[in-house]
Amino acid sequence: MKKKMSLNFDKLNSFQIDVLKEIGNIGAGNAATALAKMLRRKVDMDVPKVKVLKFQEVSEILGRADIPVVGLLLRVTGDIKGSIMFILENEAARIWVNILMGKTHAERNECLKFDEIEISALKEIANILSSSYLSALSTLTGLNIMPSVPELAIDMVGAIVSVPAIEFGKLGDSVLYIETEFLEGNTRVVGDFFLVPDFDSYGVLLKALGVLN
Amino acid sequence: MGNIVKVGMADLKALRHPAVLTTLGLGSCVGIALIDMRTNIIGLAHAMLPDSLQINNRSNTAKFVDTAIDELIAEMGKLGAVKAGIVAKLAGGAQMFSFSQSSDLMRIGHRNVIAAKEKLRQLGVPLVAEDTGGNYGRTIELDSATGILLVKTIGYGIKRI
Repeated sequence: MKKKMSLNFDKLNSFQIDVLKEIGNIGAGNAATALAKMLRRKVDMDVPKVKVLKFQEVSEILGRADIPVVGLLLRVTGDIKGSIMFILENEAARIWVNILMGKTHAERNECLKFDEIEISALKEIANILSSSYLSALSTLTGLNIMPSVPELAIDMVGAIVSVPAIEFGKLGDSVLYIETEFLEGNTRVVGDFFLVPDFDSYGVLLKALGVLN
Repeated sequence: MGNIVKVGMADLKALRHPAVLTTLGLGSCVGIALIDMRTNIIGLAHAMLPDSLQINNRSNTAKFVDTAIDELIAEMGKLGAVKAGIVAKLAGGAQMFSFSQSSDLMRIGHRNVIAAKEKLRQLGVPLVAEDTGGNYGRTIELDSATGILLVKTIGYGIKRI
């Protein structure tokens, strides 16, 4: 693919979006199963929403660009290089941590700070979710894809999102992400998921998916 | 205080006094604030990448530090600002995640700041204040009345530069 430099998400067709949506779907399905096993509870999920947004809109995916969120970033290596990011609203992150650590509902809304063990728990969730996504992607493409250990940052959503947005910025003027909603009992937890192949890996990925001529 | 106008990611705006320009949740991007203190015309750019020449698709001038600064000065000029009176303030350029292996992705914030300083130097626009680097996000507000750039953070305090 000689023209891969000009490849960008601004021009994705509906078929390509469907393929990415399907990856999101399978990946999130795997993730829900893995989480259910870990938590020993039933975890459901809604069909993920694949979204393509302009930069001006992306920092406001949660309403305002200065809302505090937990961002988890993993590097991806293997046949494609890039990164994966999960964004959880602080409250959602608190819910996950409490479920994972067996804390009660009453303790759920307490504070927005996470201690060391809780941060490990969040990283573990990121590990499970990203491994699930990547194994779905790997199965569909036949590519060998491995995640690194996650890094965590808690800050304004705009600032966190700037990291994947900048990578997308090298290719075009929009950002693609997948919004996934998990349900545990009556609790809804929304997580936003960005898969960001490095510059040279876009062509490899879309080609392996059979959506690039 | 005038109307508050928001500048998004890969976006820039110039306004006459009285006005406040703001950008929320600045991370590895760099916020470039320009002020003409003679006319009180202000401009703010939220640039994502250091160098337009390294990228093929450069239709969005506000996305790159170099073209954003050119464009912003031109926009301010249209409103009546005089380039010789313009000074600059910078904020942002953080490294949000600390990976042990340094890669381009990780160092982009630093590179954005370096690129902005270099471009300002080339144009002879004095850099009078900055709050850059670190590993945290910033929300900034530029007030045309004072030329002060207000920098707000989560957990790292508030600064007026």
